[in-house]
This record gives sequence, C-alpha cells and structure tokens, in this order.
Amino acid sequence: MNEEELNSVPQSQFDFMALRKPMAVFSMVLVLVSIISLAVNGLQFGLDFTGGSLVEVEYSQEQPMEQIRQTLVESGYESAIVQTFGSPTDIMVRLAETHTATLGDDVLAALRAGSGGAEVTLLRSEFVGAQVGDELREQGGLGMLFALGVVMLYVAMRFQFKFSVGAVVALGHDVLIVLGLFSLLKLDFDLTVLAAILAVIGYSLNDTIVVADRIRENFRKLRKGDAVEIINHSLNETLGRTLITSLTTVLVLLALFYFGGEMIHGFATALLIGVFVGTYSSVYVASNVLLAMKVVREDLLPPVKEDPAEIDDRP
Amino acid sequence: MLNKYPLWKNLLIVLVVLIGGIYAAPNLYPDDYAVQVSGASTTIELDQRALDRALQSLDQAKVAYRGAEVLEKGLLIRVGSSEEQLRAKAEISRALGDNYVTALNLAATTPDWLTAIGAGPMKLGLDLRGGVHFLMEVDMAAAVAQRLDVYVSEIKTQLRSERVRYRSVDHGNDGSLQIKFATQEARDEGHSLLSKEFREFRLTDLDSAGEFFVGVNLNPSKIAEIEDYAIKQNLTTIRNRVNELGVAEPLVQRQGRNRIVIQLPGVQDTAAAKRILGKTANLEFRLEAAPDAPRSSTESYEFREAGRPAADIEKDIIITGSSVSNAQANFDENGQPQVSITLDSNGGKLMNRVTRNAIKRRMAVLFIEHKTRTRYEKVDGVDVERRIPYVEKKIISLATIQSALGNSFRITGLDGAGESTELALLLRAGALAAPIYFVEERTVGPSLGQQNIDLGVTSVQIGMALVLCFMLVFYRVFGLVANVALLLNLALLTAAMSMLSATLTLPGIAGIVLTVGMAVDANVLIFSRIKEELRNGLPPQSAINSGYDRAFSTIFDANITTLLVAVILFAVGTGPVKGFAVTLSLGIIFSMFTAITVTRALVNQIYGGRKINKLSIGWGA
Repeated sequence: MNEEELNSVPQSQFDFMALRKPMAVFSMVLVLVSIISLAVNGLQFGLDFTGGSLVEVEYSQEQPMEQIRQTLVESGYESAIVQTFGSPTDIMVRLAETHTATLGDDVLAALRAGSGGAEVTLLRSEFVGAQVGDELREQGGLGMLFALGVVMLYVAMRFQFKFSVGAVVALGHDVLIVLGLFSLLKLDFDLTVLAAILAVIGYSLNDTIVVADRIRENFRKLRKGDAVEIINHSLNETLGRTLITSLTTVLVLLALFYFGGEMIHGFATALLIGVFVGTYSSVYVASNVLLAMKVVREDLLPPVKEDPAEIDDRP
Repeated sequence: MLNKYPLWKNLLIVLVVLIGGIYAAPNLYPDDYAVQVSGASTTIELDQRALDRALQSLDQAKVAYRGAEVLEKGLLIRVGSSEEQLRAKAEISRALGDNYVTALNLAATTPDWLTAIGAGPMKLGLDLRGGVHFLMEVDMAAAVAQRLDVYVSEIKTQLRSERVRYRSVDHGNDGSLQIKFATQEARDEGHSLLSKEFREFRLTDLDSAGEFFVGVNLNPSKIAEIEDYAIKQNLTTIRNRVNELGVAEPLVQRQGRNRIVIQLPGVQDTAAAKRILGKTANLEFRLEAAPDAPRSSTESYEFREAGRPAADIEKDIIITGSSVSNAQANFDENGQPQVSITLDSNGGKLMNRVTRNAIKRRMAVLFIEHKTRTRYEKVDGVDVERRIPYVEKKIISLATIQSALGNSFRITGLDGAGESTELALLLRAGALAAPIYFVEERTVGPSLGQQNIDLGVTSVQIGMALVLCFMLVFYRVFGLVANVALLLNLALLTAAMSMLSATLTLPGIAGIVLTVGMAVDANVLIFSRIKEELRNGLPPQSAINSGYDRAFSTIFDANITTLLVAVILFAVGTGPVKGFAVTLSLGIIFSMFTAITVTRALVNQIYGGRKINKLSIGWGA
C-alpha cells in the first residue's frame, strides 16, 4: 500500500475543531443546566422507583376527568392522581396507598360504579412496595456507574488512558443531559427509561470508539499535522458513517416512538435524545477531552518491543 | 484469489442459515386457544374417559373444538377463539367436577417434524400475554423468631432433665432468648449444658443486679438454614396454592435471599389469585393448660368456629406449622372422617417427647393469620391512613391425646366430611414457615397484552421497512446485501430466543427494533471504508478486501463495549428490562456474524473472482 496516497485529504473537509471552544462552553452549559434541574426539580420517578399503586383502565366512551376524580374521592381515594394516556378514553389512576390484596379490584369496582353506564376494562394494574422501589433505584444507579467503570477499563486497555477518559467524560455528559432533559420536561422516569439510558451508554460508546479508532489510526499513519489537524481529519473521515448510523437508528426509534404504544414511549424518548446527544458528544466532547489532555503521537504508537532489531527497523 | 471464500466457509454459512431458519419457523404458526385440564390431586387419572366426558359436554353445549389430546401434564382441548375458550372452560369444569382443575392456555401449533427436533415458538412475557406478576417477601426476622419460640420449650425440657435450676426463659428485646438462673453456678452449668446440646446456639453470659443470665442467639449458619427452609416451604405452599388456582403455566421462583416471584399468565380473575396467594397463616400445636397451672404460663384463645367457649392453653409451643409436611382429609377404618397429619422428623421427635407424658390431656392447634387493619389518624389536621399489621390466633382443633404421637398421627371425632376437609385445608394453609407479604404486583389485562403485541409488531415492521429502504437507496447492491444480512439477523435472533426458551417482552421487542437500527452500523462502517478506498484510487477488488479488513477492528471494539453494557443491564435489570438486555446482546452477537461474514460471502458471490470496473455501492464512491 502506498503511504503518500493515503495522506491525501478527502474532498469535503469541515473544520470541526475550529468550533471546539464554543462547543465546550455549550456542553458545559448543557451539563450545568441538567445538574441544576436535577438538583432543583429532581427526577419524576415512576412507580417502579417510588413504590405505590397504579391502575389503568379503558372506558368505552369518553368521560369527564373531573367526574372520575370525584368518583374516586367519594370512594375514599383522596390522594388519587387521574390522568389520560394515549387516548382520552384511557385513564391512569395513581395512588400512593400501600397495598392491599384487593386495591386494584376495589378501584376498578369504584370506577365501574361511577362510570354512568360506560364499560370499563382493566388494562393494567401495578403495585410496587416502597422498599422494592428503593432497591431498584439503588441497583439502577449502581449499574450505571458499574457500566461506566467497565467501559473506562476496556477503552484504557484497548486504546489508551487519555481515550478512556475522553470516552467516559462523553458518556457522563450524555447520561447527564438525558437525565436533565427528563427532569426539565418532567417526564416519567421508570425502569424502561433506565434501560434506555444504559442503551444510550452503549450507543454513544459505539460512536466514540469508531471515532477514537480512526484517530488512533491516523496518528500512527499520518506523519504530518498536529493533534487538532489529525482529529479534524479523522472526524471528517468518519462523518458519513456517523450520520448514516444515527439516521438509521433514529428511523427505528421514531417507529417505536409513534407506533410502540404508551409503555414504550419513555424508552423511545430517552433513546432519541440519547442518539442526538451521543452523536454530538463523540464529535465534540471526546475529542475535546483528548486535546485538553494533550494527546500526542507517542501515546498511540504501538509499544516498543524489547528486540533491538525491531527498533532499528522502524522508519 | 482475492474475494473468494473457501467452500467450507460458504457451506458453514448455509448451514447456520438453515438451522436458524428451521428453529425460527415455529414462530410462524399462530397459537391455538386451548383449555387445559389437570387433576386436583395426583391421584386423579387423566385418561381418555375424562377427555370423552369433557368433549361430550362441549358437543352438548355446541362449542366447536379443533382438537383434543391426552398429554402427560393433562388434557388439552383446542378451540377457535377466546370467547369459545371461555365457554369451553365453563362447560368442561361443570362436566368434570371439582376433582379436576381447568385452566385457559395457549397451545402451540408447531408441526410434529419441528417438535421432533426440539423446535418450538418463543414464550411471550406477561406484558404481551396478559396475566399477573407478584413479588412476595418472606419475613425472615419472623421466621427466626418462630424458631426461637420452639427452642424455648426444648431448652426448658433439657435444663429440667439435667436438673439445672433456672428461673425463666424469656424473649429479649433484640429477638434473642434470655435464660435467668438463680446462682452463678447454675448459670455456668446451664451454659455448658446448652453449648453441648445445642451446637447452633451462640451463648453469652450476662450479669445484672445480682441476677445471672445466659443470652441465646442462633449462629449465622443456623439462621441461613432457617431462612433457606422458610423460603423453600413457602415456595412449596405457594406452588400448591397456584395449582389450586388452575393456571396453565405458572412460574413460582425464588428471587434473591428472601423473595418469591410468581407469574400467572392468562389469569383474569386477579382478585381470586390474590386472595388465595395472600393468605398468610401459621400453626402452633400446644397442650391444653392443666387445671392447676399458674396463670402466668397459660393463655386463653377463642375457637375459630363461633359458639364454642374460649379455652386455656399453655404458652409453650410443641411445634409450629413449619414442621407440618402434610395434612389430609380422609376416612378411618369405620368410615368416620379424620385428618391425617404428617410431621417432619424433627417435629415428630418434639411431638413424641411432649405427648408421651401427656396422654389423656388435650392438644390444641392454633391457627394464626397475619392481617392488616386500616386506621385513620389525624396528623396536622389531615386524616392519614395507617395500616397496622396484627396477628389473629384462633383454635381450630382441641383433641384428646390417646397415645404418644410421632411423625404421623390423626385427628378423629370430627363432625362430618365437611369439617375434616376444612381442618385439613387450614392445616395445610398454616404449614408455612414464615409470614409472607406482597411487595410488588403487576397485572396486565388480556386486551392490553394483545394491543402490546400489535404495537410491537407494527413498530418492528415500520422501523425495519424504513431501514431497508434507506440502505437500498443509499448503497444499491451493497445495500441489498446488507438488507439480506439484517433479515437473517432477525431470523437468527428469533431462532436463538426460541431455542433458549427466552421470554419475549415488550422491552424485548424494543431491543429488537434497536438492534435493527444498530446492526446496519457494521455494514455502514464497511461500506464507508470501501468507498474511501475507492476514492483513494484502489481497484474495486482490493477496495472490497481492504474495506472489510480495516473495518473489522472498529466493529469489534464498538460491539464488544456495547455487549458489555448489555450484560451489565442483564445483571442489574429485573423482569422486562432483562428481556431487553437479552435481545440486545443476542442481536449484537448475531450482527457480527451476519454483517461481516454473511455480507462478505454474498459480496464475494456477486463480485469476487472476476474483473470488475465499478461497484454498485451508491453515491460518493
């Protein structure tokens, strides 16, 4: 293979790194806003994490919400939160009450009695004990940290320490922003959203590694140019792939978002946000960290072998 | 030669495709609605005669059925629709009577030749099928406390038989036992005796205000043993109760140290399920108090049936329900109703030790239920609901001991078969090692289940179609190759899920959709590389070769890290989230095979081994 030929610059060359300072500020602002929102608003934890009860029913005809609420209050469920989901005939009732063997059925019976002739079908009823909720929250948080740790280790092993810091900062950035948006928009955070966030970690990592792989390759291959130029070059080379993969993933996620139904909505939302943030972060966050840590060619050269003949052979 | 796979590699790919295709195939056959009949107890025979009776009842009621068979697990009668299924169930249970349990089920319609090689369809999770999921927690502290209760009388008996003078054996505040001795010598003697006799004790000496105590705790291995036993006994009891419910494919499984997962697919009457599962009960066998017994050693309890005066019984417990391994209503030699009770070996020993000295006295069986009552309290002027757990203890049997009792004995003199059945049922229900509580419950109505399947299938189809179109337009022939690989990936995923009998859940479907989006990534990486190499002036054949080679390490690194995350998700997640992790990991693994090896084989077939000037790989090459 011919060295000079591979050095040729691709046709489209966008100077990503020229924008790196404003983008760094942009990222920091996003992360800061997310942290503030998380601190002030917190997350709207779903039933999985808070514990409590939930009953979802479907009415055969639309009912005024006020009337449903009134029915529940009269039956002794003063703390009930009534909301629609999906269509106006689908009603979700959330209760903070602790569990009794018949709570779901009692609520259903109360709703039927007060429905004024409309048929009421039970779609779903859930109860999660407070302790189970706490445990799930703890497990989820631990899982997320553990995932980040394992990723950092793997990247440090396969690439280099500076890359693993870059990857983990990028992942932390993505996770925080997705969480921050969920907190800002007051979206329900349940188990499927947690799964989505772990999937975001996987996805964003995928992106970051593809870029890192190219940066490593170019550092070894291209003799000319400083770190900024090489990173720019690598980003341009991988840009096509990054955009196409993001596009196909967004396509399927849109299918899930619009056709997947209520139970999967939060999942699709989190992943959609995650794909956008993840794509952006693999371009700007990971590379920025690499530059900030002053990555140099020597970091990425294959380890020097003991055999002196090998060293002599190096050009 | 460049871009030619050896024959064995091509054959291997064909083989994998074939196996994948065959094992995915059962999912193409839709399930039949079916009614499953099993025996209420193991003695009930499920033969052709029972089946004939069931079918006859269907004929009379004019319910059409598609097929009927006698299987190992029971009778299976297939019908056409879910309405017919409900009618058939009602008719059959009326015709067969109480000795049989009828349940709604879905029966696979896998052809025999596929069943013969072990192929079958994927299982659907509760969120897709409808049903109930319970998580119950066993109260381990109570289990340990109960066991200590039993030890109280054992300790007293032991000390008395060795003539060690003690004052009292009581419960301490921290769940341990406190034995009070009059003198230090007696205490030391007691200590050494107990440590010799009861190796599972951890003893501590305590002196306070001139009184001498020995504190009794159980050692960790004994506690672990009790917990293990408590879980196992609860599992057995719950399995029996679930069988009473008549659920076709129930799942009752231990989860973690102290929890039990119960999944009842297709259950519609959730209230009944909760009533039966939620009953928490226990038993205590105690002697009736002797007329001259001091009041401090007796307690007074009422009978469970109304109208009988309360009875005084001793505080000492002979055995608890955890020692009862079985209780059955049947008839004695003279045709009189009786209840036969079987104890475990330890229970039998204890029972014998007490009853041989108590012949002609009466023994009471206390039935203990854990219940909650709701109270409203004013807090800052607002009514706050509080649930207070309480324990209800009632006598269910008070019978005279005719001889020393052992591992198995019987209660006779009952008023009719109704009473014996009731008593046996209560005894069995009380044979629980420890109280158990609901900590989680999820019910998915059958209509939502079907709706979730429809939504899932629709979104997979639409997502798939979008990606396939995009790849075809963008990468032309190479796009077509990638699409074949993607479809194959789905087939392999389905086959693997079926072979592993993994359960498909709604998040699992989301995992499949996400896999579709991400699986093409490997091909996008390869194709981008090929395009790049072409731009760099490489001839097509070398561009293909170098594109595949150079993309490999990137694909490998990217997929391994995602796989790591998926595995962590599997370890951390519960239920549906696990389903997501399973499909995602399988999808990633198969995408490595389909997107690299299979597409390469196809590309080799199309372009390999001949001279070509141009590749159909779309824009930008």
